[in-house]
Amino acid sequence: MNVQLLAQFIVIFAAFFLLVNMSAVLVLAERKVMGFMQQRYGPYLVGPHGMLQPFADILKLLMKEELRPKGADKWLFTLAPVLAVTTAFAAFATVPFGGQTTLFGLLDQPLKLGAADVNVGVLVIFAITSMGVYGIVLAGWSSNSKYALFGGLRASAQMISYELSYATALAAIIMLAGSMSVREMVDTQAGYWFGVIPKWYVFIQPVGFIIYFIAGVAETNRAPFDFPEAEQELVAGFNTEYSSVRFALFPQAEYINMVTVAAVATDLFLGGWHGLLPFRTPLDGLIEYWNVGWLVFFAKIGGILFFYIWMRWTVPRYRYDQLMKFGWKWLLPASVLNLLATAAAVLYFNA
Amino acid sequence: MLESLLFYVMSGLAVGASALVIGQRNPMYSVMLLIVAFAALAGLYIGLDAPFVAMAQMIIYAGAIMVLFLFVVMLLNAAQEDAAEWDRTHPLRRPGFARIGVVLALLFVVELGWALAKVAALASPVAGRADGAVVGSVREMGRVLFSQYSFAFEATSILILVAMVGAVVLARREGDA
Amino acid sequence: MIPLSHYLVVSALLFAIGTAGVFLRKNLITILLSVEIMLNAVNLSFVAFGRFAGTVDGQIITFFVMTVAAAEAAVGLALVIALFRHRESLNPDAFTSLKW
Repeated sequence: MNVQLLAQFIVIFAAFFLLVNMSAVLVLAERKVMGFMQQRYGPYLVGPHGMLQPFADILKLLMKEELRPKGADKWLFTLAPVLAVTTAFAAFATVPFGGQTTLFGLLDQPLKLGAADVNVGVLVIFAITSMGVYGIVLAGWSSNSKYALFGGLRASAQMISYELSYATALAAIIMLAGSMSVREMVDTQAGYWFGVIPKWYVFIQPVGFIIYFIAGVAETNRAPFDFPEAEQELVAGFNTEYSSVRFALFPQAEYINMVTVAAVATDLFLGGWHGLLPFRTPLDGLIEYWNVGWLVFFAKIGGILFFYIWMRWTVPRYRYDQLMKFGWKWLLPASVLNLLATAAAVLYFNA
Repeated sequence: MLESLLFYVMSGLAVGASALVIGQRNPMYSVMLLIVAFAALAGLYIGLDAPFVAMAQMIIYAGAIMVLFLFVVMLLNAAQEDAAEWDRTHPLRRPGFARIGVVLALLFVVELGWALAKVAALASPVAGRADGAVVGSVREMGRVLFSQYSFAFEATSILILVAMVGAVVLARREGDA
Repeated sequence: MIPLSHYLVVSALLFAIGTAGVFLRKNLITILLSVEIMLNAVNLSFVAFGRFAGTVDGQIITFFVMTVAAAEAAVGLALVIALFRHRESLNPDAFTSLKW
């Protein structure tokens, strides 16, 4: 096996390993940040400053009893969390997280840092994200319980409503970049205007970024749009009848979906691995020289995830009918107008 | 070699999953198996240098139409409906015609395969040809779609509008606003 | 390299399976699923022939077929819901009131 192929495999495994660890780190980060915002410490008993808390959580979940309700559908009950987590991981496959590297001259050809690079990458991400609905729908249905069914139906109706705005915001960026490959979209954002401001698409499309972020938050059932998993927190929810490992897969799928939305937002709007801050600093030259763009990428993802957690514990949640009305009557027309305005601007400035 | 492997695995999966779809008692299982069949077809399209069509298949068929089927199956509680009917109306339990039909269908498929193999023009390789990147490029698709097929495009958009209105009107209860 | 005839045989098999499903099943939803299988079989042969001819037209026609299939599935399922409300049954043999 030649070194190039081996290096590619290592990058793919590194991406997978990274995602698994991100979900554990996010569990801890959420509880600590939540604690500090509520003027208390988060978990602090297990390990220094509570850093080993995810291990304790996972150990507890693994040792619980695996229950299955008697009337639950045998295959679909187990398939639902597996499907949720598989689509969550698979959506990260076409997201690049760094530039090209030759590993200090070990490789013959430069290796692109990303699991795969296809020329319809954005569509792949969208297709796999839209398959994430099945995990929740099947979980609700196969539990053979009224509350689980309603929770699952509401969550999936919310997800498919916000998918349209998600896709239309992405379509505007496709028009600006002229390509559907995510790596090419990031590479068109290198460089600076007036030598100071980086050429990120968030400066050309601020409305698009806001629409994409709101749709992404609604897609992952988080923050102000978590009615299906919060109202029934008092009663049930689509993961009522789940326990132990099958239950643990659902929050993991949710956190990985968050990471994917943050990664796509970083790649498409915030310039990916080019440029650390919204203005030019001497650090940017150093980052280019040492080729550590992937650290910049993860720093930006960390910032967006912090914003996610901040938003969850600051803003009250939408009621379900307010949520659906907002998605169909406000966000979708706004995203279509954004698309039309972008198309007009591209035609005007290029023709 | 990789293209052959992709073709045989994906086509076997597609045909197998489709055959299981029509043989399931529970409509929920049929819907999930059909999603597997669609994913296998998307794999076949990728082998035919059509990545955009493959992703459109996943987004439209597996991501939207099948969700609609799933919602209807759950709404009508169709999964528990079919158990008694199935035992009475299973095709292999019906005498005569159904069994002859199956044999005739198999003979027909074998004959079709043999006839196709004899036509020389169809023996040229399709997957893995050299000009794949040109044929499958989205830019080229957009150019042809909006110049030659622009009338069909506009007509399809009106069709979707009519279908949306029709679906809402048909599924409405009597006396609703 | 896979010759074109292989793709056509797969398409014919899928179409035959879909037709069998329409004739043999007694559940309206499964009949609609079989119609979707038939439409996919046709899509496959369009894309295969388009690739054979070296043009992009096959993919564009497939695009239109997918769109029309989506519209037809939506209207068909709305009809199924309306029919279910009348007879509480998904068996096509239950809707025989026009028979003499």
